[in-house]
Amino acid sequence: MAYSEKVIRHYQNPQNVGTLDKSKSNVGTGLVGAPECGDVMRLQIEVDDATGVITDAKFKTFGCGSAIASSSIATEWLKGKTVDQAITIDNMTIVEELHLPPVKIHCSVLAEDAIKAAVNDYRQKNGLEEIKFEESVVH
Amino acid sequence: MVQLPIYLDHNATTPCDPRVVEAMVPYFTNSFGNAASRNHPFGWQAEGAVDNAREQVAQLIGADAKEIIFTSGATEADNLAIKGVFEMYKSKGNHIITCNIEHKAVLDTCKHIEKEGGEVTYLKVNDDGIINLDELEAAIKPTTILIAIMYANNEIGTVMPMKEISAIAKKNGVLVFTDATQAVGKISVDVNKDGIDLLAFTAHKMYGPKGVGALYVRRKNPRVKVTAQIDGGGHERGMRSGTLNVPGIVGFGKACEICKNELEQDAVRIVKLRDKLENSLLGLEEAYLNGHKQNRLPHVSNISFKFVEGEGLLMGFNKDIALSSGSACTSASLEPSYVLKALGLGDDLAHSSLRFGLGRFTTEEQIDYTIEAVSKTVLKLREMSPLWEMFKEGIDMNSIEWAHH
Repeated sequence: MAYSEKVIRHYQNPQNVGTLDKSKSNVGTGLVGAPECGDVMRLQIEVDDATGVITDAKFKTFGCGSAIASSSIATEWLKGKTVDQAITIDNMTIVEELHLPPVKIHCSVLAEDAIKAAVNDYRQKNGLEEIKFEESVVH
Repeated sequence: MVQLPIYLDHNATTPCDPRVVEAMVPYFTNSFGNAASRNHPFGWQAEGAVDNAREQVAQLIGADAKEIIFTSGATEADNLAIKGVFEMYKSKGNHIITCNIEHKAVLDTCKHIEKEGGEVTYLKVNDDGIINLDELEAAIKPTTILIAIMYANNEIGTVMPMKEISAIAKKNGVLVFTDATQAVGKISVDVNKDGIDLLAFTAHKMYGPKGVGALYVRRKNPRVKVTAQIDGGGHERGMRSGTLNVPGIVGFGKACEICKNELEQDAVRIVKLRDKLENSLLGLEEAYLNGHKQNRLPHVSNISFKFVEGEGLLMGFNKDIALSSGSACTSASLEPSYVLKALGLGDDLAHSSLRFGLGRFTTEEQIDYTIEAVSKTVLKLREMSPLWEMFKEGIDMNSIEWAHH
């Protein structure tokens, strides 16, 4: 299968690989996927409590090139957005940006789920109610 | 400088040996006759070439030329053997024994047999990929007509104990069929010493052309017959109609002749390279060999690199090195290799596997390049893997509630 140039670029030079201190109250962590499915994504955000703006985002992903690229681009988009803006990131935007073929759409869904999970973790840590998201499309 | 890309996927297919191509060329142009044309020199010439090739093919597996039926490949030979025996021996029984790591050409044919009223037992394999002989014997019933066990597996290279299998079959009056696609031309295969009644193999896995294969059908002790699956002009003694692929068959014959002469020296050289590759890669942390270390084809090595996903790993070098992965990330089902799962590997290890298939033209330079590129990518992806980080922190991954899709 041929990968798009953008997927290759992110795979070869992934942005924001790393780990944030999950014990800090202003860091939200989302861990989605499962080893048996061949995809595990961990996405973290660091939020400025005063403004609600995401000041840093990091990821680590076990998965194919498209999964790595999806998480890489997600962290790029998260930085500078507010927490509320973050949850509006749609998986189809990632699909379009990376030109993912149909068999790889689940990678983008995973990235969207990881963002939501990270935001909810942050909210929960800060005494806010977790947002109930609709079940995402079948992976 | 090593020339790129490097081909290490010889279980999928092999390049034609230049000597094979050279032998084939005249049969496309000057000697283009139909081997079934009995009344002119063009036909005679083609027939002579086919006879010669049939002899070369038979000799490689210790058979008689009359026992070779040419087909379009191993898949057709598998179909002809299983369906052909099922139909021919209907009055004797309807039960076939096979195993769960066979190639799809055998498994799907067995599924078809079940739809036609046949009964199929799928034996499990141990964690090295070998069937249990006691289980095989216990599975035989009065209605059993065929045992179909592959000679060597295409993903892990494990070689089955064919002599022991055929001894059990003989004792119980059951025929033995083996899909020897991966084994013939790589290790010594002899239908008489191994006690095999039917054997499928193909040219393109042994440096011959694609589109031509053969089914060996025993003619003595016992005389075996199969019902034809393709009807027509009664070619191949009525067992496989259709104009013979003369250039392909000539190439197949030449490929068999070369393998017969060079198989042993090739194997010695390839094992050395394979072991160098394998030992280097198994030197990485959390890398595991899949399949049997000894009872194995000389050119295959299947390794899982834990905490790294196979397709992601391939992407690190697949412009330069051609390899296969047991990860099925590209397939819609997202199911990893059924062969690796049959060995008892967890899905995580199955997703993390690479299959290295070396060949006649593989060089040490290529192996050195591959060791470097694969090791580098494994280390790079582990730095990116949340599972690796958890492993390093001593977190029990089974304690995590994963969101299963």
